[in-house]
Amino acid sequence: MPSAHELKERIETALPGSRVSVEDLTGGGDHFRAEVESDRFTGLSRIQQHKLIYDVFGDEVGGAIHALSIKTSTPSGGTGR
Amino acid sequence: MTNTEIREFIENAIQENKVMLFMKGTPDAPACGFSARAAGCLNSLGVKYAALDILPDPRIREELSGLSGWPTIPQLFVDGELLGGSDIVLEMYESGELAEALGVEAPQDPAPVEEPPPVQQPIGLENRLG
Repeated sequence: MPSAHELKERIETALPGSRVSVEDLTGGGDHFRAEVESDRFTGLSRIQQHKLIYDVFGDEVGGAIHALSIKTSTPSGGTGR
Repeated sequence: MTNTEIREFIENAIQENKVMLFMKGTPDAPACGFSARAAGCLNSLGVKYAALDILPDPRIREELSGLSGWPTIPQLFVDGELLGGSDIVLEMYESGELAEALGVEAPQDPAPVEEPPPVQQPIGLENRLG
């Protein structure tokens, strides 16, 4: 069962230099919320930003990770569109 | 139905409906808090939308995610394009961008949409388009 800490490390590894916080919403290891700030998001639509995060976990989203809520931002503060 | 037929049905639904929501359950009886949240955003903007319950056959979700590249449900399509899942829909609702994308007037003070309960509710069997 993945932990919030494990998810955070995997996002940070995939997106070097990003600021990540991950919360386990239920304590059950299957519903998470991730907030990610990365300059990789600059110029990307929200869809593309969220896909970068989903891609870190592949098939685990919807499987072991039942739900992953995502909030993305860039260091300049924009959320893109 | 074959997988190809399901995929074609999904593609047609996306093309033929300006606002198309794929969700767990129905707008009246959502079976997941995230789907309820996305439907709630659309409801409070008063837009007409089509909704398809993905639960009756697991292949609906497989084919949908295969063609959209988006792993989770709900998925909202506007004018044939994926707009987002529940997080993006809520963010855009709160910022007024959703109203803009749908061509309706943004409410001055958007009504709060409930946070999803973490536990899935019982599955509704009704499946409808419209």
